Amino acid sequence: MREINWREFAITRLIKACGYSAVIFVGLIFLFLLREGSPALVEIPLPSLFSSRWYPIEEYFGILPLISGTLVVTIGATLVSVPLGLSTAIFIAEIAPRWAKEILKPLVEVLAGLPSVMLGFLGILVVAPFIRTATNVPTGLTAFTGALILGMMAIPTIVSVAEDALDAVPRTYREAAHALGATEWQTIWRVTLPAARSGVLTAIMLGIGRAIGETMTVMMVTGNAPVLLTGIESLFRPVRTMTATIAAEMGEVANGSVHYHILFLIGIALFLISLIVNMVAASVVFRQRKRAERILS
Amino acid sequence: MVEPCGKHLRMYSLLLLVCLLLSGCRRSQAEDLPDSSSVKTIENKGSDTIVNLALAWAEAYQEIHPEVRLSVTGGGSGTGLAALINGTVDIANASRRIKPEEQSQAEANGITPVEHIIARDAIAIIVNLDNPVNRLTIDQISDIYSGKINNWLEVGGEDRPIVRLSRETNSGTHVFFLEEVIRKGDKNDKTLFSTDTLLLPSSEGISAEIRQNPNAIGYDGLGYVTEDLKVIAVYSDTAEDFVIPSAETVDNQDYPIARDLYMYTAGEPTDEIKTYLNWILSSEAQMIVSALGFVPIAQ
Repeated sequence: MREINWREFAITRLIKACGYSAVIFVGLIFLFLLREGSPALVEIPLPSLFSSRWYPIEEYFGILPLISGTLVVTIGATLVSVPLGLSTAIFIAEIAPRWAKEILKPLVEVLAGLPSVMLGFLGILVVAPFIRTATNVPTGLTAFTGALILGMMAIPTIVSVAEDALDAVPRTYREAAHALGATEWQTIWRVTLPAARSGVLTAIMLGIGRAIGETMTVMMVTGNAPVLLTGIESLFRPVRTMTATIAAEMGEVANGSVHYHILFLIGIALFLISLIVNMVAASVVFRQRKRAERILS
Repeated sequence: MVEPCGKHLRMYSLLLLVCLLLSGCRRSQAEDLPDSSSVKTIENKGSDTIVNLALAWAEAYQEIHPEVRLSVTGGGSGTGLAALINGTVDIANASRRIKPEEQSQAEANGITPVEHIIARDAIAIIVNLDNPVNRLTIDQISDIYSGKINNWLEVGGEDRPIVRLSRETNSGTHVFFLEEVIRKGDKNDKTLFSTDTLLLPSSEGISAEIRQNPNAIGYDGLGYVTEDLKVIAVYSDTAEDFVIPSAETVDNQDYPIARDLYMYTAGEPTDEIKTYLNWILSSEAQMIVSALGFVPIAQ
């Protein structure tokens, strides 16, 4: 008895400490970013910060091309990965026979473990040449190539998490829907998917998170030219993302220089972007849940 | 079900713990080793252009001097010099001279970088094998990279857009190219790379793109140029003709885009580092230079 009590005490304390430490780490990271990045706001006048030229070794610190680069690649990757990932998850969870499900799920999860450098090589050697010849653009190292490969990388994450969420929906929901005469598709679209909503949304968020944060692959396949987006045709031009910029330039900068500070400022901007994405997602889940509760009551 | 699972988990975590402890053990031993058995480690970091050469030197040197351990890494000239300034390496490799601001940062940290010229290198201008263009003047190359020339037609090629490839800004080759080719050595010239220049993180990235893309133009150290790329002849004032880069044309100063390669030490080198740097200038070490496609420095 006594031993169990002691164990329980230790375990609860450990779990508590882990929970708090996650929050504390995020807080500390943010503080560190702020401390290292905020001097850039003073050192660089705002108009030149929001200009369209990024060439830090000659004191051009316009971050707009980098932000637009990250946005176009991430949105592109989302457009590729969400429909494909969700349909795959629905197929595996709802439609595929048991044996197919047992093969597909582990395969998809193996895909998630592919190192991004390998996918980058694949991008340089296979995807980029293919895109150049297929669309007749000057070079295959474009935002579109990056979006395509990032989308492919995000799919396993989305499939894996979304499939778990769909799988957790009680069988009785589907049986009830079928009993009411709903077709297979109506059951999936109107009952199972809405019931698994919060898990599916988490899956999408994790997928987008992977796309925003991915560095190595985009550095290898997007060409890294800091060009500001001008229109839809820019999708087939090289872009430079925020993550690739930090990764490529961090090693070179001298500690405490303007360039060093602005790289941290870019880090803060990335942090804020993913925070906004998460908040929007959370509020969507929250609002829909409230509506569901209202209907039920 | 739960109990064996928990047992396994406990065993795994114990195993993990032991592994962690052991790995910790090994590291501290490695750090202690130089003191106890007098093996001296020389940390050598910097230019990706030099990294293969530095590795070849390190291998050859360790055979004749087993008491010295050389650790060589790349990352770019800026990376190596930053590490020297922060006091984490003994020798920084650089394919460009140290910048005044780096010099002052080093002095602020109490370090005086000392420069050693270790070899010479030509920057080859490379295009796809299918590109009919064989020769360019420095002015044409400058105009291509600054964005004034955008089609191969303007320099005697096919009607194709020009895709400009460059190394990242932390590369010494990038800075050298900007100063000596795009700005043609004029210190007051503020011309920049055209914004749509692709900045690729590695030499291999540049070669891979040029190999498959007939629109592309790039530059790289002569030692990195392979058979499946076409090297452009560049107009030289001294030879009054277009010159292909080679050890010979660099040596007699005919090829115009050549530079010295450097190693920087913190202060005048002493002991093992001094012996190593002296060995690098020996004819034996300079043979390795030519074997790797660089140009040895005259004795």
